[in-house]
Amino acid sequence: MLAFVLIAIVKVLVVFTAMLLIVAYMTLMERKVLGHMQVRFGPNRTGPFGLLQPIADGIKLFFKEDIIVPHANRLIYILAPSVMVITALVSFAVIPFGDSVTILGHKVDMVVADVNVGLLYLMAISSLGVYGLVMGGWASNNKYSLLGAIRSSAQMISYELSLGLSIIGVLMITGSLSTVKIVGAQSQVWFVVYQPLGFLIFLISAVAECSRTPFDLTECENELVAGYQTEYSSMKFALYYLAEYAHILVISSLAVTLFFGGWQGPFLPPLVWFLIKVFIFIFFFIWIRATFPRFRYDQLMKFGWKVLFPLSLLNIMITGIVMSVIG
Amino acid sequence: MFETFLFVLLAVVTTIAAILVIVQRNPVASAIYLIITLFCLAGIYLLLSAPFIAVIQVLVYAGAIMVLFLFVIMLLNLEKEKKLIYRNRLQKVLGVFLGGVLLAQIGMIFSSVLLEGSKGKFPAEKVAALGNTEVVARLLFTDFLLPFEIVSVLLLVAIVGAIVLAKKQI
Repeated sequence: MLAFVLIAIVKVLVVFTAMLLIVAYMTLMERKVLGHMQVRFGPNRTGPFGLLQPIADGIKLFFKEDIIVPHANRLIYILAPSVMVITALVSFAVIPFGDSVTILGHKVDMVVADVNVGLLYLMAISSLGVYGLVMGGWASNNKYSLLGAIRSSAQMISYELSLGLSIIGVLMITGSLSTVKIVGAQSQVWFVVYQPLGFLIFLISAVAECSRTPFDLTECENELVAGYQTEYSSMKFALYYLAEYAHILVISSLAVTLFFGGWQGPFLPPLVWFLIKVFIFIFFFIWIRATFPRFRYDQLMKFGWKVLFPLSLLNIMITGIVMSVIG
Repeated sequence: MFETFLFVLLAVVTTIAAILVIVQRNPVASAIYLIITLFCLAGIYLLLSAPFIAVIQVLVYAGAIMVLFLFVIMLLNLEKEKKLIYRNRLQKVLGVFLGGVLLAQIGMIFSSVLLEGSKGKFPAEKVAALGNTEVVARLLFTDFLLPFEIVSVLLLVAIVGAIVLAKKQI
C-alpha cells in the first residue's frame, strides 16, 4: 500500500516536471522553427543557441506588473487561467509513455493512471478546458475578451464533437477505452493504417481544439485585439500560454498513442520512441502555423459541422461494415 | 478510511456548492457553483466504483450542457435581471410545503433501514471483473435496446425542432 502510494506520487512529480520542462522548451522550439521557416534566426542571444531564452522569458513574466482591471470579477478573473492550466496538465495522466518496468521488485507501469475509461477521461477533462477561456473572457469585462470567449467556446464545442467521433474507430478495433490496451493492440500494425480517415479528422480537429493557426480565431488580433486574454498580464498571461502549449503536448501524445503505436518501436528504449514521435507531432503543429493563413469564422463553422462531422460518422460506418465483413 | 474521508469531503463540497447555486444572485456565479456540484457528484460516483457514469457526468453535464448554459448567460449578459425578483405568494407557500416534504423524506431514509436492500444483479465485484463500460454497453444494446432507441429518436426530434425554431424558412 505504502509502495503503491509512493510510486504514484513519484510518477506524478516526474511527469509534472517533465511536462513543464518540455512546455518551456516548446516555446523556444516554436520560435526557432518559425524563424528558420521565415528565413531568420530566431532567438540566439540568451545562452548558447538561445537555450536559456525560456528561463529569461519566465523571469521576465514573473516580474511584470500584474494588472487586474477595475471592473473585472476578481475571483473568476484569477480562477480562469488556473482552470486552463490544470485541465491541460491533468489530462496527461492516462497517456502511457513506456512499457512497464520492475524497480526493486515492484512492477511500475509507465503511465500515471491506467483507468479502464481512459479515453473518456481525456475527453471529459479536455471539455472542461473551455471554462478557462469562457470565464477569463467574461470576467475581464471587455467587449473584445467576451467576443473572443464566445467564439472560442463555440469553436471548441463544434470541434470536440468530430474529435470524439474520430476516436471511435480506434475504440471499435481495440474494444477497450484503456489507453494502455490501445497501445498494446498496435504491436503489429499502427492504427493509422486501419484508420486513415479517422486520423485525418482527428488531426484537423486537434489543431482546432488547441486553437492553433488556421483555427486561431479566439485571439485573431486584427479583429479582437487578443481575444479572451486581452486584459491579462504578467503570470496570468503566462499561464494561458503554458496551458496552450501543454494542450499541444497532450494532443500530440494522444495522436501518438491512438494512431502511431505509442511508445512501441525497435532498438531504442520505449521512452525515447515516445518522445521522438511526440516531437514530430509538435514540429508538425509549428509547421502548420508557418504555412496556413487563418480561416474566416463562418468557414470554420461550416467546415466543422458540414464536412468534418459527417465524415467522422462515415468513418464509423465504414469501420463497422469492414469489421463485420472481415469478422 | 481514506475512502470515507474522500466521501465526506466531496459530500460537504457538493452540498455547500448546491446551496450556493440557489443563494447566489449573479447567474454566472450560480452556473459556476452548479459546475462544481456536478464535478463533485462525479467524484462520488467514482467512489461507488462507477467510473463510466462519473466520466460521462463530467463529459456531458459539466463539459457540454453547462458550457452552453454559461454561453447563453454571458451572451445575454443577465445583469439587469438581478433586480427583477419574481414575487408570487402561492409559489412561496408551495415552495415551503414541498421543501418540508423533501426534508421529511430525507429524514425517513436516515432513520429507517431502507438502505439494507437485497443485492442487485450486478454487484461491484462482478462489474469489476466484466469491465464497467462493457457491462453498460451490453445491457444498453440488449435488455434496454427499445428505450435506448426511443431516447435517440427523441433527441433527433428535439434537434429538428431547434432547427425549425431557429430558421423559420429553410
